[in-house]
Amino acid sequence: MRNLVAFFVGSLFGTGLLISGMTDTRKVQGWLDIFGNWDPTLAFVMGGAIVPMAIAWRLTKGRSAFLGGPFPKPSDPRIDRRIVVGSVLFGAGWGLSGLCPGPAIASLSFGGISGLVFAIAMIAGMSFAPKAIRYMDASPHTA
Amino acid sequence: MPMDWINGLIGGGLIGLAAALYLLVNGRIMGASGIIGGLVDGSGRDTWQERLALVLGLVTVPAFIAVTQGGADTHVSSNLGLIALAGILVGLGTRIANGCTSGHGVCGISRLSIRGIVATLIYIGAGGLTVVLLRNLFGGLG
Repeated sequence: MRNLVAFFVGSLFGTGLLISGMTDTRKVQGWLDIFGNWDPTLAFVMGGAIVPMAIAWRLTKGRSAFLGGPFPKPSDPRIDRRIVVGSVLFGAGWGLSGLCPGPAIASLSFGGISGLVFAIAMIAGMSFAPKAIRYMDASPHTA
Repeated sequence: MPMDWINGLIGGGLIGLAAALYLLVNGRIMGASGIIGGLVDGSGRDTWQERLALVLGLVTVPAFIAVTQGGADTHVSSNLGLIALAGILVGLGTRIANGCTSGHGVCGISRLSIRGIVATLIYIGAGGLTVVLLRNLFGGLG
């Protein structure tokens, strides 16, 4: 049952990404091009997605998940090096390509060779991440 | 309101609905980098079936829609070196920061998570700077 729900969730996620235009890198890079011909579409996508999700978070109060298990606990509010360094690296890659993980996977079937190369490189980056995190945790905190 | 903005709202609503369902029914965060990353580095071993099922839906349903609509286009750069570098940065960065546009952006901001809001501001800032530099100093995106 959990797997069936997850498949449906992925389907809905992918459909939303396609309809919203977020699998089109021109729209994403258009949003990031603040001094150029700025495209505000991504703000509408974010807004449209945050509203149902905010309602869902409210519904979790005092309950447990429908298929059992606790809801995710609130994250540690402290801003650490990982959030800053990771988000800078991610943002740079997002700007270079116009792709982030969700749309990269959703567009695999029509993204051509470039889409495939991006996905393979992303998976390589992900598999190297645990080493990078260990290295960061072991080095002295100067910031 | 331009059609693109309306499609953005509708598509965004579907993304939010998907994230809401995953949270309320399965009790999980719909973060693309976390779901894929957990399959890649083995940290999501205990929940691999659920992760794989979500990824399958994410790949096959847009494929089906694209075929029935006569194709879709990502307009992604054909500069494979640039794309490979971008992919490595996205994979590495999202795992170090523990989230991407769906995890920190959609799921974090909607919960008013400080980490989610800060991460989103940083990756949009870094992405904006990268695009502005690419377009103005290097004359295009290849």
